[in-house]
Amino acid sequence: MRVKLCALLATAATLGLATPPATAEGPDILKVAIVQQIDSMNPFLAVFQSSTEIGRLMYDYLTAYAADDQRVTEGLANRWEPSADKLTWTFTVPKGKAWSDGEPITAQDVAFTYNLMLTNEVARTANGSFVTNFSSVTATDNQTVVIKTKAPQVTMLALDIPIVPKHVWEKVGDIKDYANDQMPVVGSGPFVLTEHVPGQFIKLRVNNTYWRGAAKIDELHFVYFQNSDAAVQALGKGEVHLVNRMTPAQFDSLRDKADVARNKAQGRRFTELLINPGAQTNAGEPIGDGNPALKDVRVRRAIAQAIDLDALLQRVSLGYAEKGAGLVPPVFGKWHWQPSPSEERKFDPAAANAALDAAGFPRKADGTRFSLRLTGRAGRAYDEQASEFLKRQLGDIGIPLDVRLVSDNQLNEVTTAATYDLAFSGWATNIDPDFVLGLHTCAQRPGADGKGGTTDAYFCDKTYDELYARQLSEFDEGKRVEIVKQMQARFYDQVPSVVLAYDNALEAYRSDRFARFTTQPAQGGVIMAQNGMWGYYGAEPVVRATSATSWVGWGVLLVGFMAVVLTVMVRTNRRQATAEERE
Amino acid sequence: MRLAGRLGGAALSLVMVAVLGFFLFRVVPGDPVVSMTRGRPTTAAMQAELRAQFGLDRPLHEQFFSYVSSLLHGDLGTSFTFRRPVAEVIGERLGPTVLLVGTATLIAVGLGLWLGVRAAWRRDSAFDRATTGVSLTLWAVPTFWLGMLLMMVTGDLFPSRGMRDTDTAPDFVSQALDVAHHLVLPSITLVAVVCAEYVLIMRSSLLEEMHAPYLVTARAKGLRDDLVRRRHAVPNAVLPAITLVFLRFGLVVAGAITTETVFSWPGLGLLFYDALTGPDYFLLQGLLLVTAGAVVVMNLLADLLHGVLDPRVKAV
Repeated sequence: MRVKLCALLATAATLGLATPPATAEGPDILKVAIVQQIDSMNPFLAVFQSSTEIGRLMYDYLTAYAADDQRVTEGLANRWEPSADKLTWTFTVPKGKAWSDGEPITAQDVAFTYNLMLTNEVARTANGSFVTNFSSVTATDNQTVVIKTKAPQVTMLALDIPIVPKHVWEKVGDIKDYANDQMPVVGSGPFVLTEHVPGQFIKLRVNNTYWRGAAKIDELHFVYFQNSDAAVQALGKGEVHLVNRMTPAQFDSLRDKADVARNKAQGRRFTELLINPGAQTNAGEPIGDGNPALKDVRVRRAIAQAIDLDALLQRVSLGYAEKGAGLVPPVFGKWHWQPSPSEERKFDPAAANAALDAAGFPRKADGTRFSLRLTGRAGRAYDEQASEFLKRQLGDIGIPLDVRLVSDNQLNEVTTAATYDLAFSGWATNIDPDFVLGLHTCAQRPGADGKGGTTDAYFCDKTYDELYARQLSEFDEGKRVEIVKQMQARFYDQVPSVVLAYDNALEAYRSDRFARFTTQPAQGGVIMAQNGMWGYYGAEPVVRATSATSWVGWGVLLVGFMAVVLTVMVRTNRRQATAEERE
Repeated sequence: MRLAGRLGGAALSLVMVAVLGFFLFRVVPGDPVVSMTRGRPTTAAMQAELRAQFGLDRPLHEQFFSYVSSLLHGDLGTSFTFRRPVAEVIGERLGPTVLLVGTATLIAVGLGLWLGVRAAWRRDSAFDRATTGVSLTLWAVPTFWLGMLLMMVTGDLFPSRGMRDTDTAPDFVSQALDVAHHLVLPSITLVAVVCAEYVLIMRSSLLEEMHAPYLVTARAKGLRDDLVRRRHAVPNAVLPAITLVFLRFGLVVAGAITTETVFSWPGLGLLFYDALTGPDYFLLQGLLLVTAGAVVVMNLLADLLHGVLDPRVKAV
């Protein structure tokens, strides 16, 4: 027994104390927690936000958005010129930019990427919508690429398509089966992918040939967490250096944490309350089972007027959001619309009650007018708390709510099939507002089979659609901004949904390891989930400290724990045996 | 003949699982294409292209025959989410799951049976009451909560996630130590939660044996109490526990969804969780087949081993 004990203790001691030597100096590594899986590292297939964010670090786009004010700036191309009829765009890819393997980046790479998407439907999986209006793409020489479009397209400088190296990708047989895992992966961005262990982590190293100059850190590691609580704990322990997508409660828990700095940024997301306006397919056939009362815009306005957005902001978002209004969040500055005092629907339950009476929905004997279903996502704190809040507020105007909190998939199914009265939803928006505006056009409703739609608000309004078409072909930015604001005003007035809040992006980082990050925009901007790579590219380490793991602490604990357990077991055995023997 | 019957039963179970898996996951709410394209600029044509790529535009019976045909050729299909063959995705998650759940099960079985034997032998003692009470309490504690609590209580001693650090030296010893380091908290969580099963079953089983006449005979022969327990009582009492152990080993492959989720352990449990959010039909089907297959095989082994360990079963 003693021999066994010694052997076990020796094993434990080896496990605990045979530690890798800690080095005094190590590479500067930024470890980032991500809470979403990586679907693919193939930029033509990757659709998850986490994957596309890493893709931005590996591949530059034709143009980029500046860090300070999000204006369009140099990407792979440094000049661009539309023709007089706006149907032909000429981009110049300057000499001197190189892929990470040293090969020059040319217009041929750009033409190859776009043509691959035009000719191969699998290559259109992730970003196909950007090229649907292209009629041809040609590299007239190594520095010039000419794109012809079927109709004028105002978003030609917002093509979020990673440009891939022709000399690598022309050898790829089937895009569908290509995982893009030939390490190191040849790219044009500030970092080079060197290792991907699915479900665990992704490692990138600095690209020393990057045309803007090499980043200040040596390596960038993305570490996968299944739950954000664990990610926040890991930040506190220093296992990771940067975390985002925190809940207000998690963010508050780090308020006085030593060596942790917090960043409360204006986010790209808004949260909305959908009000089923009488959903129809794109052929005008009714779909779903929304309460018919909601077809009346006066009812929808009354519901919106009965919700105290300021109180909702304080009680549910704990102040980490801005009051909702138009479809474009304030972070996008010029595109954001706020109602004027005369347009604003102020919180006024009395006026809402009167409006419902006037609309022909008087209170019944029990004090109610009609009831509505409110569908939200179970497990999302906002939906759980806001649904209780709305239950009280709409109860005050005689509309009792039947709250149904369901899984994410079920919520998607309910909103896609329009089998809701009220439902929580939300979107992340881009710098160019075309995507979020386009979601609410009549064309985005599903076909007769209920499939093919991308909207969940089922808004279809002739005025809005006309404005959408106008802004899409308006190349004078000042005029386009005005049209975009008119669209948001129209949406606000017709209330297919109430934009409840613009959520803050809550981030935190280890201030003992990193002095600063570049935010986008400069004032109140985010570090992660940018429209670009500036946050990671601009990370400045504090000290070049060791990052080797210290094993001693846990080794000693483990040895101690095992020794105690084994001693107890042995002593118990011996006591019993000898006691019985003595008897 | 008996063996052939058992093998036939196991094969039939697997066929049933394969068929059931196909239809079961089609009932899961959600549209994979909508989930994939949510939040991205997408046109109806792009959605239709994706449906065609995955074969989701074909009638259900055609999809089923295509699935069966692929299965017979050893092809589990391609994951919608990861865009890779399902067998490959499952294969890379199998190792971590077997390591975590296998280690935890071995420790839980050893510790549970040992505690159960001692608790029964010293029935109503303080040790018995403490063991039973603590085991039951841990069993009742939510796994998620226990995991988070352990993470907080142990502070910086153990990592919060995954199975290895990104910056550990690449040599084998460093990597192995790193994995062991990461294994500690999830293993303790799993052991704490499942150990009670073994404690209780071993305890009750041994209590039944304790007044059996053959133990009186053994004592009358002059054997000391320790030997009576080890050589006579425990071998007879351990049989019900064996069945439980094999059942549990069958579930080793299924992973431990909650523990893997808390500690972001890259195993099959976590993969199941991710697959459900698609829903990723082919991946779910593959996972069900592999995990149910493991249970069927382990049950078969338990059946056969029971016959070897207990001659009374063999005689039936």
